[in-house]
Amino acid sequence: MQSESFNLKRPLGRTVAIVATLTLFAGCAADPNADPSAEIYDPYESANRKVHEFNRGVDRALFRPLSKGYGTVVPDGGRQIVSNFADNLSLPADIINNLLQGDVKSAGNNTYRFVFNTVVGIGGLADPATEFGIPRRKTDFGETFHVWGAEEGAYVELPLLGPSNQRDAVGTVLDFALDPVSMVVPNPEKYVGTAANVMDKLGDRYDAGDAIDTVLYESADSYAQAQSLYLQNRRFELGDSDQETYVDLYDDLLLLE
Amino acid sequence: MNRRSFLATATAALVLPYQALALTKGQAESLVGKLVADINKVIASGKPVSGMIPEFERIFTRYGNVRAIARSSMGPDARRMTSAQESAYVKAFSGYLARKYGKQFDKFMSGNIQVTGASQKSKYFFVDGIASRSTGGAFEVTFVVRDSKFIDMHVEGVSVLKTERTEIGSMLDRRKGNIDQLIADLRKAG
Repeated sequence: MQSESFNLKRPLGRTVAIVATLTLFAGCAADPNADPSAEIYDPYESANRKVHEFNRGVDRALFRPLSKGYGTVVPDGGRQIVSNFADNLSLPADIINNLLQGDVKSAGNNTYRFVFNTVVGIGGLADPATEFGIPRRKTDFGETFHVWGAEEGAYVELPLLGPSNQRDAVGTVLDFALDPVSMVVPNPEKYVGTAANVMDKLGDRYDAGDAIDTVLYESADSYAQAQSLYLQNRRFELGDSDQETYVDLYDDLLLLE
Repeated sequence: MNRRSFLATATAALVLPYQALALTKGQAESLVGKLVADINKVIASGKPVSGMIPEFERIFTRYGNVRAIARSSMGPDARRMTSAQESAYVKAFSGYLARKYGKQFDKFMSGNIQVTGASQKSKYFFVDGIASRSTGGAFEVTFVVRDSKFIDMHVEGVSVLKTERTEIGSMLDRRKGNIDQLIADLRKAG
Protein backbone atom coordinates (compact mmCIF):
# COMPACT_ATOMS: atom_id res chain seq x y z
CA MET A 1 0.00 0.00 0.00
CA GLN A 2 1.44 3.36 -1.07
CA SER A 3 0.74 5.68 1.85
CA GLU A 4 2.19 8.59 -0.06
CA SER A 5 -0.48 8.45 -2.72
CA PHE A 6 -3.09 8.94 -0.02
CA ASN A 7 -1.16 11.54 1.87
CA LEU A 8 -3.83 13.92 3.03
CA LYS A 9 -1.46 16.84 2.90
CA ARG A 10 -1.96 16.59 -0.85
CA PRO A 11 -5.23 18.13 -1.99
CA LEU A 12 -6.08 15.31 -4.39
CA GLY A 13 -5.85 12.58 -1.77
CA ARG A 14 -7.99 14.55 0.62
CA THR A 15 -10.59 15.30 -2.04
CA VAL A 16 -10.87 11.66 -3.05
CA ALA A 17 -11.44 10.60 0.52
CA ILE A 18 -14.09 13.26 1.14
CA VAL A 19 -15.95 12.60 -2.11
CA ALA A 20 -15.95 8.87 -1.45
CA THR A 21 -17.40 9.44 2.01
CA LEU A 22 -20.10 11.81 0.76
CA THR A 23 -21.13 9.35 -1.95
CA LEU A 24 -21.69 6.81 0.78
CA PHE A 25 -24.19 8.94 2.59
CA ALA A 26 -25.82 10.22 -0.58
CA GLY A 27 -26.69 6.67 -1.50
CA CYS A 28 -28.20 6.12 1.94
CA ALA A 29 -31.73 7.27 1.41
CA ALA A 30 -32.04 5.65 -2.00
CA ASP A 31 -30.88 2.22 -0.90
CA PRO A 32 -33.82 -0.14 -1.41
CA ASN A 33 -32.31 -2.91 0.65
CA ALA A 34 -31.36 -0.89 3.69
CA ASP A 35 -32.39 -3.49 6.29
CA PRO A 36 -29.13 -5.01 7.48
CA SER A 37 -30.74 -8.27 8.48
CA ALA A 38 -32.47 -8.72 5.14
CA GLU A 39 -31.49 -11.02 2.34
CA ILE A 40 -28.15 -10.42 0.72
CA TYR A 41 -28.04 -7.44 -1.64
CA ASP A 42 -25.56 -8.33 -4.38
CA PRO A 43 -26.18 -6.39 -7.61
CA TYR A 44 -22.53 -6.67 -8.61
CA GLU A 45 -22.45 -10.44 -8.32
CA SER A 46 -20.82 -11.25 -11.66
CA ALA A 47 -18.00 -8.76 -11.11
CA ASN A 48 -17.63 -9.96 -7.53
CA ARG A 49 -17.36 -13.57 -8.62
CA LYS A 50 -14.49 -12.68 -10.96
CA VAL A 51 -12.67 -10.95 -8.11
CA HIS A 52 -13.36 -13.98 -5.93
CA GLU A 53 -11.72 -16.31 -8.43
CA PHE A 54 -8.77 -13.96 -8.61
CA ASN A 55 -8.51 -13.92 -4.82
CA ARG A 56 -8.69 -17.69 -4.64
CA GLY A 57 -5.90 -17.92 -7.17
CA VAL A 58 -3.74 -15.58 -5.13
CA ASP A 59 -4.53 -17.50 -1.98
CA ARG A 60 -3.69 -20.82 -3.55
CA ALA A 61 -0.52 -19.62 -5.23
CA LEU A 62 0.78 -17.24 -2.62
CA PHE A 63 -1.03 -16.55 0.58
CA ARG A 64 -1.76 -20.10 1.65
CA PRO A 65 1.75 -21.49 1.07
CA LEU A 66 3.30 -18.40 2.65
CA SER A 67 1.09 -18.77 5.71
CA LYS A 68 2.00 -22.44 6.02
CA GLY A 69 5.66 -21.54 5.81
CA TYR A 70 5.29 -18.79 8.37
CA GLY A 71 3.27 -20.97 10.72
CA THR A 72 5.70 -23.85 10.44
CA VAL A 73 8.88 -21.86 10.85
CA VAL A 74 7.75 -19.38 13.49
CA PRO A 75 6.28 -20.98 16.61
CA ASP A 76 3.04 -19.81 18.21
CA GLY A 77 4.84 -17.60 20.73
CA GLY A 78 6.75 -15.77 18.05
CA ARG A 79 3.63 -15.26 15.93
CA GLN A 80 1.84 -13.91 18.99
CA ILE A 81 4.57 -11.29 19.43
CA VAL A 82 4.20 -10.16 15.82
CA SER A 83 0.46 -10.05 16.27
CA ASN A 84 0.74 -7.98 19.45
CA PHE A 85 3.06 -5.54 17.73
CA ALA A 86 0.74 -5.08 14.74
CA ASP A 87 -2.33 -4.73 16.97
CA ASN A 88 -0.64 -2.13 19.12
CA LEU A 89 0.13 0.02 16.09
CA SER A 90 -3.52 -0.07 15.07
CA LEU A 91 -4.63 1.49 18.35
CA PRO A 92 -4.17 5.20 17.46
CA ALA A 93 -6.51 4.73 14.49
CA ASP A 94 -8.96 2.87 16.74
CA ILE A 95 -8.91 5.76 19.21
CA ILE A 96 -9.78 8.23 16.46
CA ASN A 97 -12.69 6.06 15.36
CA ASN A 98 -13.88 5.61 18.94
CA LEU A 99 -14.03 9.40 19.31
CA LEU A 100 -15.78 9.83 15.97
CA GLN A 101 -18.35 7.31 17.16
CA GLY A 102 -18.80 9.19 20.42
CA ASP A 103 -17.50 6.17 22.31
CA VAL A 104 -15.45 7.91 24.96
CA LYS A 105 -15.15 4.79 27.12
CA SER A 106 -13.52 2.75 24.34
CA ALA A 107 -11.29 5.69 23.43
CA GLY A 108 -10.11 5.72 27.02
CA ASN A 109 -9.60 1.97 27.10
CA ASN A 110 -7.65 1.98 23.87
CA THR A 111 -5.50 4.89 25.03
CA TYR A 112 -4.73 2.91 28.16
CA ARG A 113 -3.94 -0.17 26.05
CA PHE A 114 -1.63 1.77 23.78
CA VAL A 115 0.34 3.42 26.57
CA PHE A 116 0.46 0.35 28.77
CA ASN A 117 1.44 -2.09 26.04
CA THR A 118 3.99 0.28 24.55
CA VAL A 119 5.68 0.93 27.89
CA VAL A 120 5.15 -2.22 29.95
CA GLY A 121 4.74 -4.41 26.88
CA ILE A 122 8.01 -3.12 25.47
CA GLY A 123 6.98 -1.37 22.29
CA GLY A 124 3.82 -3.43 22.01
CA LEU A 125 5.57 -6.80 21.70
CA ALA A 126 3.62 -8.07 24.67
CA ASP A 127 -0.01 -7.49 25.60
CA PRO A 128 -0.17 -7.09 29.38
CA ALA A 129 -3.20 -4.76 29.08
CA THR A 130 -5.45 -7.75 28.29
CA GLU A 131 -4.30 -9.49 31.48
CA PHE A 132 -5.12 -6.27 33.34
CA GLY A 133 -8.70 -6.42 32.14
CA ILE A 134 -8.64 -4.13 29.10
CA PRO A 135 -8.95 -6.51 26.15
CA ARG A 136 -8.68 -5.66 22.49
CA ARG A 137 -11.72 -4.46 20.63
CA LYS A 138 -11.04 -3.46 17.05
CA THR A 139 -12.90 -0.79 15.20
CA ASP A 140 -12.59 0.95 11.85
CA PHE A 141 -14.07 3.64 9.63
CA GLY A 142 -16.69 1.21 8.37
CA GLU A 143 -18.03 0.96 11.89
CA THR A 144 -17.86 4.73 12.30
CA PHE A 145 -20.00 5.17 9.19
CA HIS A 146 -22.40 2.57 10.55
CA VAL A 147 -22.69 4.49 13.81
CA TRP A 148 -23.32 7.66 11.81
CA GLY A 149 -26.20 5.93 10.03
CA ALA A 150 -24.80 4.59 6.78
CA GLU A 151 -26.26 1.29 5.62
CA GLU A 152 -23.94 -1.43 4.43
CA GLY A 153 -25.02 -1.08 0.80
CA ALA A 154 -24.19 -3.66 -1.82
CA TYR A 155 -21.92 -6.60 -1.15
CA VAL A 156 -18.53 -6.32 -2.80
CA GLU A 157 -15.54 -8.59 -2.89
CA LEU A 158 -12.34 -6.56 -2.99
CA PRO A 159 -9.15 -7.68 -4.71
CA LEU A 160 -6.77 -9.14 -2.13
CA LEU A 161 -8.79 -7.76 0.76
CA GLY A 162 -11.70 -10.14 0.25
CA PRO A 163 -15.36 -9.77 1.21
CA SER A 164 -16.66 -6.33 2.10
CA ASN A 165 -19.58 -4.04 1.38
CA GLN A 166 -19.89 -0.56 -0.11
CA ARG A 167 -19.82 1.22 3.24
CA ASP A 168 -16.91 -0.80 4.60
CA ALA A 169 -14.94 -0.55 1.35
CA VAL A 170 -14.93 3.24 1.64
CA GLY A 171 -14.05 2.77 5.29
CA THR A 172 -11.08 0.68 4.30
CA VAL A 173 -9.79 3.43 2.00
CA LEU A 174 -9.92 5.84 4.90
CA ASP A 175 -8.35 3.27 7.25
CA PHE A 176 -5.32 3.18 4.97
CA ALA A 177 -5.33 6.91 4.26
CA LEU A 178 -5.76 8.19 7.77
CA ASP A 179 -3.61 5.81 9.78
CA PRO A 180 -2.02 8.18 12.28
CA VAL A 181 0.96 5.95 12.92
CA SER A 182 2.01 5.90 9.28
CA MET A 183 1.47 9.68 9.08
CA VAL A 184 3.68 10.40 12.06
CA VAL A 185 6.43 7.82 11.65
CA PRO A 186 9.01 8.73 9.01
CA ASN A 187 10.16 6.54 6.14
CA PRO A 188 11.30 3.79 6.11
CA GLU A 189 10.28 2.91 9.70
CA LYS A 190 6.58 3.24 8.92
CA TYR A 191 6.84 0.15 6.71
CA VAL A 192 7.79 -1.93 9.72
CA GLY A 193 4.18 -1.54 10.81
CA THR A 194 2.91 -2.60 7.38
CA ALA A 195 5.23 -5.60 7.37
CA ALA A 196 4.02 -6.59 10.84
CA ASN A 197 0.46 -6.29 9.60
CA VAL A 198 1.05 -8.58 6.65
CA MET A 199 2.78 -11.13 8.87
CA ASP A 200 -0.10 -10.92 11.33
CA LYS A 201 -2.53 -11.73 8.50
CA LEU A 202 -0.38 -14.69 7.45
CA GLY A 203 -0.52 -15.89 11.05
CA ASP A 204 -4.31 -15.60 11.06
CA ARG A 205 -4.48 -17.54 7.81
CA TYR A 206 -2.32 -20.25 9.34
CA ASP A 207 -4.29 -20.51 12.59
CA ALA A 208 -7.63 -20.69 10.83
CA GLY A 209 -6.13 -22.86 8.08
CA ASP A 210 -8.53 -25.81 8.13
CA ALA A 211 -11.64 -23.68 8.36
CA ILE A 212 -10.54 -21.38 5.53
CA ASP A 213 -9.51 -24.29 3.36
CA THR A 214 -12.90 -25.90 3.84
CA VAL A 215 -14.68 -22.73 2.79
CA LEU A 216 -12.43 -21.84 -0.15
CA TYR A 217 -11.60 -25.24 -1.57
CA GLU A 218 -14.17 -27.77 -0.38
CA SER A 219 -17.41 -25.86 -0.83
CA ALA A 220 -19.87 -26.28 -3.63
CA ASP A 221 -19.86 -22.49 -3.94
CA SER A 222 -16.98 -20.80 -2.12
CA TYR A 223 -18.18 -17.38 -3.24
CA ALA A 224 -21.59 -17.82 -1.60
CA GLN A 225 -20.01 -19.32 1.52
CA ALA A 226 -17.47 -16.51 1.94
CA GLN A 227 -20.22 -13.95 1.36
CA SER A 228 -22.57 -15.56 3.87
CA LEU A 229 -19.89 -15.94 6.53
CA TYR A 230 -18.61 -12.41 6.05
CA LEU A 231 -22.02 -10.71 6.18
CA GLN A 232 -23.18 -12.70 9.21
CA ASN A 233 -19.99 -11.99 11.11
CA ARG A 234 -19.73 -8.32 10.16
CA ARG A 235 -23.34 -7.58 11.11
CA PHE A 236 -22.73 -9.34 14.40
CA GLU A 237 -19.54 -7.31 14.99
CA LEU A 238 -21.46 -4.10 14.47
CA GLY A 239 -24.20 -5.17 16.84
CA ASP A 240 -26.68 -5.55 14.03
CA SER A 241 -27.70 -9.10 14.58
CA ASP A 242 -30.77 -9.44 16.67
CA GLN A 243 -32.10 -12.61 18.17
CA GLU A 244 -35.61 -11.46 17.25
CA THR A 245 -34.79 -11.72 13.56
CA TYR A 246 -33.52 -15.23 14.18
CA VAL A 247 -36.93 -16.18 15.52
CA ASP A 248 -38.50 -15.12 12.22
CA LEU A 249 -35.76 -16.86 10.29
CA TYR A 250 -36.21 -20.12 12.16
CA ASP A 251 -39.97 -19.98 11.83
CA ASP A 252 -39.55 -19.56 8.07
CA LEU A 253 -36.62 -21.87 7.55
CA LEU A 254 -37.15 -24.74 9.95
CA LEU A 255 -38.92 -27.61 8.31
CA LEU A 256 -39.87 -29.53 11.37
CA GLU A 257 -42.44 -31.71 9.72
CA MET B 1 -22.90 -20.39 36.96
CA ASN B 2 -20.22 -21.87 39.19
CA ARG B 3 -18.98 -25.41 38.98
CA ARG B 4 -21.13 -26.74 41.79
CA SER B 5 -24.43 -25.32 40.61
CA PHE B 6 -23.61 -26.40 37.08
CA LEU B 7 -23.02 -29.99 38.20
CA ALA B 8 -26.20 -29.95 40.27
CA THR B 9 -28.38 -28.81 37.40
CA ALA B 10 -26.60 -31.11 34.98
CA THR B 11 -27.36 -34.06 37.23
CA ALA B 12 -30.96 -32.93 37.54
CA ALA B 13 -31.15 -32.70 33.77
CA LEU B 14 -30.10 -36.34 33.51
CA VAL B 15 -33.29 -37.54 35.13
CA LEU B 16 -35.60 -35.27 33.20
CA PRO B 17 -37.32 -36.70 30.14
CA TYR B 18 -36.44 -33.94 27.68
CA GLN B 19 -39.23 -34.47 25.26
CA ALA B 20 -42.02 -34.48 27.82
CA LEU B 21 -41.24 -31.19 29.57
CA ALA B 22 -41.54 -27.65 28.43
CA LEU B 23 -38.02 -26.33 28.76
CA THR B 24 -37.05 -23.63 31.19
CA LYS B 25 -34.09 -21.31 30.72
CA GLY B 26 -32.15 -23.16 33.39
CA GLN B 27 -32.79 -26.46 31.66
CA ALA B 28 -31.67 -25.03 28.34
CA GLU B 29 -28.46 -23.88 30.00
CA SER B 30 -27.79 -27.25 31.55
CA LEU B 31 -28.47 -28.93 28.21
CA VAL B 32 -25.68 -26.79 26.81
CA GLY B 33 -23.49 -27.81 29.73
CA LYS B 34 -24.08 -31.48 29.04
CA LEU B 35 -23.40 -31.08 25.33
CA VAL B 36 -20.12 -29.26 25.96
CA ALA B 37 -19.07 -31.80 28.59
CA ASP B 38 -19.70 -34.68 26.18
CA ILE B 39 -17.79 -32.99 23.39
CA ASN B 40 -14.89 -32.28 25.72
CA LYS B 41 -14.80 -35.93 26.77
CA VAL B 42 -14.38 -36.94 23.15
CA ILE B 43 -11.66 -34.36 22.58
CA ALA B 44 -9.85 -35.43 25.76
CA SER B 45 -9.94 -39.08 24.67
CA GLY B 46 -6.77 -38.46 22.70
CA LYS B 47 -8.06 -40.22 19.61
CA PRO B 48 -7.01 -38.93 16.22
CA VAL B 49 -9.55 -36.57 14.65
CA SER B 50 -10.82 -39.34 12.35
CA GLY B 51 -11.67 -41.42 15.42
CA MET B 52 -13.54 -38.54 17.03
CA ILE B 53 -15.85 -37.88 14.09
CA PRO B 54 -18.20 -40.86 14.66
CA GLU B 55 -18.43 -39.83 18.32
CA PHE B 56 -19.37 -36.28 17.33
CA GLU B 57 -21.98 -37.68 14.98
CA ARG B 58 -23.48 -39.63 17.86
CA ILE B 59 -23.51 -36.49 19.99
CA PHE B 60 -25.19 -34.43 17.27
CA THR B 61 -27.90 -37.03 16.81
CA ARG B 62 -28.45 -37.34 20.54
CA TYR B 63 -28.67 -33.64 21.35
CA GLY B 64 -29.64 -32.04 18.09
CA ASN B 65 -32.65 -32.15 15.85
CA VAL B 66 -30.54 -33.32 12.93
CA ARG B 67 -33.57 -34.15 10.84
CA ALA B 68 -34.89 -30.59 11.13
CA ILE B 69 -31.46 -29.07 10.46
CA ALA B 70 -30.92 -31.34 7.45
CA ARG B 71 -34.33 -30.67 5.92
CA SER B 72 -34.04 -26.94 6.59
CA SER B 73 -30.63 -26.87 4.92
CA MET B 74 -32.15 -28.32 1.79
CA GLY B 75 -35.01 -25.88 1.84
CA PRO B 76 -38.39 -26.31 0.09
CA ASP B 77 -37.05 -29.17 -2.07
CA ALA B 78 -37.04 -31.26 1.11
CA ARG B 79 -40.77 -31.70 0.80
CA ARG B 80 -40.48 -33.69 -2.41
CA MET B 81 -38.26 -36.40 -0.91
CA THR B 82 -39.69 -39.87 -0.41
CA SER B 83 -39.31 -41.17 3.13
CA ALA B 84 -36.56 -43.54 1.99
CA GLN B 85 -34.72 -40.65 0.37
CA GLU B 86 -35.16 -38.56 3.48
CA SER B 87 -33.68 -41.25 5.74
CA ALA B 88 -30.70 -41.58 3.45
CA TYR B 89 -30.33 -37.82 3.21
CA VAL B 90 -30.51 -37.18 6.96
CA LYS B 91 -27.93 -39.92 7.60
CA ALA B 92 -25.59 -38.55 4.93
CA PHE B 93 -26.09 -35.01 6.22
CA SER B 94 -25.30 -35.97 9.80
CA GLY B 95 -22.01 -37.55 8.72
CA TYR B 96 -21.16 -34.52 6.60
CA LEU B 97 -21.90 -32.17 9.51
CA ALA B 98 -19.80 -34.24 11.92
CA ARG B 99 -16.83 -34.22 9.55
CA LYS B 100 -17.08 -30.57 8.57
CA TYR B 101 -17.48 -29.15 12.07
CA GLY B 102 -15.84 -31.91 14.07
CA LYS B 103 -12.55 -30.97 12.44
CA GLN B 104 -12.80 -27.54 14.04
CA PHE B 105 -13.93 -28.72 17.45
CA ASP B 106 -10.60 -29.27 19.05
CA LYS B 107 -9.68 -25.75 18.05
CA PHE B 108 -12.75 -23.95 19.27
CA MET B 109 -14.84 -26.24 21.42
CA SER B 110 -12.19 -27.64 23.70
CA GLY B 111 -11.70 -25.95 27.01
CA ASN B 112 -14.16 -23.76 28.67
CA ILE B 113 -17.49 -22.52 27.54
CA GLN B 114 -18.72 -20.09 30.11
CA VAL B 115 -22.46 -19.58 29.89
CA THR B 116 -23.19 -15.88 30.18
CA GLY B 117 -26.96 -15.90 29.85
CA ALA B 118 -30.05 -17.39 28.32
CA SER B 119 -33.23 -15.93 26.95
CA GLN B 120 -36.42 -17.27 25.50
CA LYS B 121 -38.01 -15.81 22.42
CA SER B 122 -41.15 -17.53 21.21
CA LYS B 123 -40.38 -21.27 21.14
CA TYR B 124 -36.61 -20.75 21.02
CA PHE B 125 -34.05 -20.63 23.77
CA PHE B 126 -30.85 -18.73 23.07
CA VAL B 127 -28.04 -19.73 25.39
CA ASP B 128 -25.09 -17.32 25.17
CA GLY B 129 -21.58 -18.22 26.14
CA ILE B 130 -17.94 -17.34 25.78
CA ALA B 131 -15.63 -20.03 24.50
CA SER B 132 -11.94 -19.80 25.28
CA ARG B 133 -9.69 -21.54 22.86
CA SER B 134 -6.78 -23.67 24.03
CA THR B 135 -4.50 -21.59 21.77
CA GLY B 136 -5.76 -18.39 23.35
CA GLY B 137 -8.43 -15.97 22.31
CA ALA B 138 -12.06 -15.99 23.26
CA PHE B 139 -15.16 -15.73 21.16
CA GLU B 140 -18.89 -15.55 21.53
CA VAL B 141 -21.11 -18.53 20.94
CA THR B 142 -24.85 -18.95 21.13
CA PHE B 143 -26.71 -22.25 21.23
CA VAL B 144 -30.30 -22.33 20.04
CA VAL B 145 -32.66 -24.89 21.51
CA ARG B 146 -36.23 -25.70 20.54
CA ASP B 147 -38.36 -28.49 21.97
CA SER B 148 -35.38 -29.66 24.00
CA LYS B 149 -33.17 -30.21 20.97
CA PHE B 150 -30.45 -28.02 19.46
CA ILE B 151 -31.41 -26.52 16.16
CA ASP B 152 -28.56 -24.09 15.63
CA MET B 153 -25.30 -22.73 16.93
CA HIS B 154 -23.82 -19.29 16.31
CA VAL B 155 -20.10 -18.60 16.47
CA GLU B 156 -19.27 -14.88 16.47
CA GLY B 157 -22.56 -14.25 14.76
CA VAL B 158 -22.26 -16.98 12.14
CA SER B 159 -25.18 -19.39 12.21
CA VAL B 160 -24.51 -22.99 11.23
CA LEU B 161 -28.07 -23.36 9.95
CA LYS B 162 -27.86 -20.25 7.74
CA THR B 163 -24.45 -21.27 6.44
CA GLU B 164 -25.55 -24.79 5.62
CA ARG B 165 -28.73 -23.51 3.99
CA THR B 166 -26.53 -21.62 1.56
CA GLU B 167 -24.11 -24.48 1.03
CA ILE B 168 -26.60 -27.33 0.59
CA GLY B 169 -28.59 -25.02 -1.68
CA SER B 170 -25.45 -24.53 -3.80
CA MET B 171 -24.72 -28.26 -3.82
CA LEU B 172 -28.23 -29.06 -4.99
CA ASP B 173 -28.03 -26.37 -7.70
CA ARG B 174 -24.78 -27.86 -8.97
CA ARG B 175 -26.47 -31.22 -9.27
CA LYS B 176 -29.42 -29.62 -11.02
CA GLY B 177 -31.81 -30.55 -8.23
CA ASN B 178 -30.89 -34.23 -8.25
CA ILE B 179 -31.38 -35.27 -4.64
CA ASP B 180 -29.98 -38.78 -5.00
CA GLN B 181 -26.79 -37.31 -6.43
CA LEU B 182 -26.66 -34.85 -3.55
CA ILE B 183 -27.00 -37.69 -1.05
CA ALA B 184 -24.19 -39.63 -2.71
CA ASP B 185 -21.92 -36.59 -2.68
CA LEU B 186 -22.74 -35.68 0.93
CA ARG B 187 -21.43 -39.07 2.02
CA LYS B 188 -18.01 -38.02 0.80
CA ALA B 189 -18.15 -34.31 1.65
CA GLY B 190 -16.97 -32.44 4.74
